[in-house]
Order: sequence, then C-alpha cells, then structure tokens
Amino acid sequence: MLKDVTLGQFFPGNTPIHRLDPRTKLLFVVAYITALFLAKWFVSYGVVLAFLLTVIALSRISPKVIARSVKPLLFIILLTAFLNLFYTPGEPILQVWIFRVSKEGIVSAVLMMLRITMLVVGTFMLTYTTSPIALTDGLESLLSPLKRLHFPVHELSMMMCIALRFIPTLIEETDKIMAAQKARGADFESGNLIRRAKALIPILVPLFITAFRRADELATAMEARCYHGGDGRTKMNVLRFHRCDGAAAVVGMALLTAVIVLRRFGL
Amino acid sequence: MNMASAIEVKDLQFSYEEQEQGQHIVFDGLSVRIGQGEFVAVLGHNGCGKSTLAKQFNAILLPGGGSVTVYGMDTQDESLLLKIRQHVGMVFQNPDNQIVSNIVEEDVAFAPENLGVESAEIRERVDRALRTVGMYDYRTHAPQLLSGGQKQRIAIAGVIAMRPKCIVLDEPTAMLDPQGRREVLDTVEKLNREEHITVILITHHMDEAARAGRVIAMSEGKIIADGTPKEVFRQAELLRRVGLAVPQTEELMLLLRANGIDVPADTLTVQECAQALRDAMRRLDPNDPEEKTIDAHHRDPESDACLQPADAV
Repeated sequence: MLKDVTLGQFFPGNTPIHRLDPRTKLLFVVAYITALFLAKWFVSYGVVLAFLLTVIALSRISPKVIARSVKPLLFIILLTAFLNLFYTPGEPILQVWIFRVSKEGIVSAVLMMLRITMLVVGTFMLTYTTSPIALTDGLESLLSPLKRLHFPVHELSMMMCIALRFIPTLIEETDKIMAAQKARGADFESGNLIRRAKALIPILVPLFITAFRRADELATAMEARCYHGGDGRTKMNVLRFHRCDGAAAVVGMALLTAVIVLRRFGL
Repeated sequence: MNMASAIEVKDLQFSYEEQEQGQHIVFDGLSVRIGQGEFVAVLGHNGCGKSTLAKQFNAILLPGGGSVTVYGMDTQDESLLLKIRQHVGMVFQNPDNQIVSNIVEEDVAFAPENLGVESAEIRERVDRALRTVGMYDYRTHAPQLLSGGQKQRIAIAGVIAMRPKCIVLDEPTAMLDPQGRREVLDTVEKLNREEHITVILITHHMDEAARAGRVIAMSEGKIIADGTPKEVFRQAELLRRVGLAVPQTEELMLLLRANGIDVPADTLTVQECAQALRDAMRRLDPNDPEEKTIDAHHRDPESDACLQPADAV
C-alpha cells in the first residue's frame, strides 16, 4: 500500500538529460519555474510547454509515468481551476444561480491549470532523471558559498542523503508494524476521522522508537568508518561541467529571455 | 604465537553508568593479545561483554582503566582516533543500519571519502573492495533491494575500502538466513587467507567459531577459555556451565565417549566426524563385510540450519 509512493523517484538512464550535471539541472529548474511564473499569455505558455515536451522526449521517461505523477495532484489542480473560473471578475457570459462565469475566468482557469501541471511535471523531471545522491551533491556544491556564513551546508546535504536512504526502510518498517498490529486485532479502516487518527498511535510509537534506535546504530557505524564532518572530505564522483552543460545553460537563458520579451508585448 | 601484535588489551577496566543501579561493571582487569593475521572468534552468550570488548578495539568506547593498544597506538590518544579507526574496521549486526547511501558503490566509497582519499584512488579501492566480496555486478544497485547476506557483504566492502589491517565483526550473521551466513563467513575467511587481514569475529554460533584459528570464550566479562577451536571445545563441561553449547559434532562425540565408545574428542567438521564414526563402526563390527559409508559430502539445503546449536534460536 505504501510502496506505491512515486515521489522523488529516480529512473536510471543514459540520455543527454540524465548526463547533465546536477547543478546545471537545479539552476535550470529555477530558470524554468521563473519563466513559468513570468509567462502571461498563451504564446509564452506555448514556448515553455514546447520546451518541457522536448525535455521529456529527450529523457525517454514514459508519458504514463508522468501522468501517474500528476494524478495525486488532480484535486488541487481542479480546485484552483474551479476557483479561477468563478471568481475572476469580468464580462459574464454564463450565469447559473449564484455562479457567474466570465470570459476572463475561463482563460485564467485554463492558464492556471497549465501552470500548475507544468510546474509539477517540470520539477518531477528533475528527480526522475537525477539520482538522489547527485542531487544532494549538486545542492551542496551550489550552496557551498554559504559556508563562509557558517551555514552547515555539508551537514544539510548529509542529512538529506540519509533521509532519502531511509525512506524505503522506514516504509517497509511501517508496513511490518501495521501487519503486526492488525494481527493483534487493530482496526485502521473503520470509524470516524478521530478514531482512525487514534488508531495510528500504536503504529507511530514503535516506528519512532525503531527510528531512533536505527539512528543511534547508524551514527556509531558512521563513526567507525571515520566520519568526522565535512572537513577534509573528498568525493569519489567529482562534479564536472561538460559541453552539454554549457548548451543547457544557453537554452535556459534563451527560454527565460524569450518569456521576458514576450511578456513585454503582453503575449 | 610470536607474530607482531595487532591488538593488546592490558588490565582493562570498564563499566557502564546506569541510572538506577549505579555502575554496571563489565570488565575488571581483562587482558588479551591478538596477533597480526589471526582469525579469532570471540564466543559468549548475550550480555557477557563481547560486543563491549569489540567497541574497545576501535575507540568507539574507551577504557575506564588499563589500556587498549592497537598497532602500537593507545586508543585513549584522541589525536590518533582516525588512524585507529582506519586500521581497525568494524562491521555491525544489522546491515540496514550501517549502510549510508542508496547506491551500493557510493556507500562503499563513504569511508575513503571521509579519509580524504583522492577521487581516482577511491574509484580503484571501491572497485577492488566490491570484487573482493563478489558484489561488483551490483555496484549501481539500491541496497534495500539486496538480500541480507549481500547487504552484509556490502558493509564488509565498505570497511575494506579503508584498507584496514584488522576487521572486527560484531555478530555479522545474527540477522541472516543460512545462505547469507555462509556467504558472509566465506568472505571473511577469504579476507583472512588472501588479504592477510586480522579477523575478530564476535559470535554466539559455535559452528562459526569452529572455522576460526583461535577461539576466545567469554563469560561475565572474563575470558574462560582461549586456544584453538579443538582445545576450547574439548572443555565441554566448562562451556556448558556458562551457557555455551559445543558444536553438535563435538556434542555427539562426547556423548559417544560417555557411553564407552572409543572416538576422538576433537572432531569439528562434519567430515572429521563422519570419518571418526566410520572408524568406530569398523572397530565395533570388524566382521561385517559390507563397507558402511557415510557420505560426508552430502549436504541437503537444510543441513546448515540443523547444525545450529539450540541456543542460537
């Protein structure tokens, strides 16, 4: 049941998108999101969408996977569209009881749906094509200037790395505890919301206890393997920019510039 | 033994502070010396202090009195901490709780990365370590998809990538199935034989201890027997008194001897035991023309599980 979580999943591959340096991809996503929020009219959205579709095609991630990642967010997307549809002031073209639909409302609802969907798919493309390790390495490297301000950059990336490592372990553990509690007659499926929330306590307590025990053992094991913080630490895979990273940077800049220019013309 | 010494424990004192009962004394004057290149099994039932002793070997715990010297380095000298831990690697019981990364090779690279080894050299060490434990083909896999035995071999690779001279394994097979146990023990034996790494195997499985070159039996913070497996297991009465059972082959021989059948008292492997039984039967019935053979090589998949002493469950 809990194993179906696709959030933050990584699909290994050997496409140009997979080979990009994680730092390039991170900056790229920032540029992409900025472009998405600056886009004003269908022309700009079209440009960003064309770009997104190119990335998806290049990465060879199947459209089915992408559809599956959007599905859990369908409710939020529809709700936003719904609110935009009825609450955008403008020239009314249809009125049912107290609901008034304006032309502007339809436009803004469509654009909003596009925006959220593209935002989600775009960021998912980052995690789908980048291994969590590469992602944390990239983040550590990008944030490294903050070290001067005594911001614990290395610790942060180490924590992220370990958290990602233990997600599947803890999910498995939760399944096991749930099965054990069910075997003793626990009931997680019936009753009102409060009852169901209460039923979760016998799962959370053992889960927390084992998580703390694991953390303790992991810390000892890390110390035994000479871990002593980020000072003097080296990396097996050193991040290097390649030619395609340069190309990607140019494309990213072009995208952002195009959207800004189009915005000027109200497109 | 006149080898150079790997670990020397002199008059070790150690106690845990406990909130209610005050101090819980684990060691009160324990001394032991382990030579370079030895394969030592430390035996004892739960709570006898064997894991606490293991943690003294690489300065995870420090002596409360006396001294622990590792390759000439005193564990209480804080400036030598990293060097000590690099010399004496440690593998723990639960493979899940010692794997740091979600890619096998990244995990193996963890220790050399901590030591500040150059990237190219790390790559080389990681590949070599993974080949040594026979997990090279799995280098880009996610650890959670591997079996227990495979995970434990990854943990061993993660330790040997530091190039240690000694490996301490704290009940590495306690959570594994028979197949996984065999994989891990074969790997450990290979490290000792081919890489000449000193191995200290903490265990409560008699059959694992029988594979070592030297067995140290512990009870309540004291060493009660120390010698070759044959020497130690011959003292069945002493071992039984402290809650340790001798291996089943040994047990059978001792029972036969107690019932007046002349068999040797120090057979450890199944082969040796079978040979001894065959000899004994020939002696008992020399006129039987039919050769009774016991196929010592026959091993059904369950046999290893059956060989576990009863207290292992």
